[in-house]
Amino acid sequence: MEREPEISVRIFSDPQLLSGIRAMVEAIAKVVGFTDKSRGLLTLAVDEALANVIRHGYQNRTDGMIWINLWRVREPRGIRIVLEDLGRSVDPAQIKGRDLDDVKPGGLGVHIIKETMNESCWENRPGGGMRLTLVKWLSPEELQNSTPTQPENTIP
Amino acid sequence: MLRPGGDIDMSRASTIRKAVAEVMKVRPAKLIMDLGSVEYMDSSGIATLIEALQHAMRNKMKFVLVGVGPRVRSAFEITKLIGMFTVCATVEDATKI
Repeated sequence: MEREPEISVRIFSDPQLLSGIRAMVEAIAKVVGFTDKSRGLLTLAVDEALANVIRHGYQNRTDGMIWINLWRVREPRGIRIVLEDLGRSVDPAQIKGRDLDDVKPGGLGVHIIKETMNESCWENRPGGGMRLTLVKWLSPEELQNSTPTQPENTIP
Repeated sequence: MLRPGGDIDMSRASTIRKAVAEVMKVRPAKLIMDLGSVEYMDSSGIATLIEALQHAMRNKMKFVLVGVGPRVRSAFEITKLIGMFTVCATVEDATKI
């Protein structure tokens, strides 16, 4: 059985709330041991995922619900974030980053998520909406340079 | 010159887009955008700059970015779009182009 998330937040699908979530992810990523550059990219990836939920799942409505659950993971050390919503469902197979040779504004979010995260998995959520699981591990350099923590509630 | 500050994300990109459009209406020979006070930029912000660049190219204008900090640069690099832009370290450098 899955452990309870270490952090669990529910927000409305309002873009003005995203800065608060970025600050939270950044702070936890620092505790885990990510470098400034990795924290920046991780924060960007989570922000892009939430922006996609708002834009595509809720079609820019600001009253949709988004649940954000977060765990520190132990082996390998890193962070796991699960986003769930009740917005419009899409076939996960259709979620693709766009061809970067096609220079046009928009559609970069999925590419950023896939490039940044070690794992990114979109699923249809039972009961409607989507679930996105994001995992990022510390790099070998980050692992070497960070102080190991012993969180009690981490996923082995 | 445009000098936005703070975070350029989904909630602010349209404001920046309007500001760029307003400046471009007068068709300056060159538009310098100083990003030195921008702490965060997401793909909405990058898309806004791509639009500005494409508009500038269509109208034979120069579009130059300055003060691109490490976090904003990372966002550009991961999208492999940094090479599209003319980037200068300082406003002074940008004025000489």
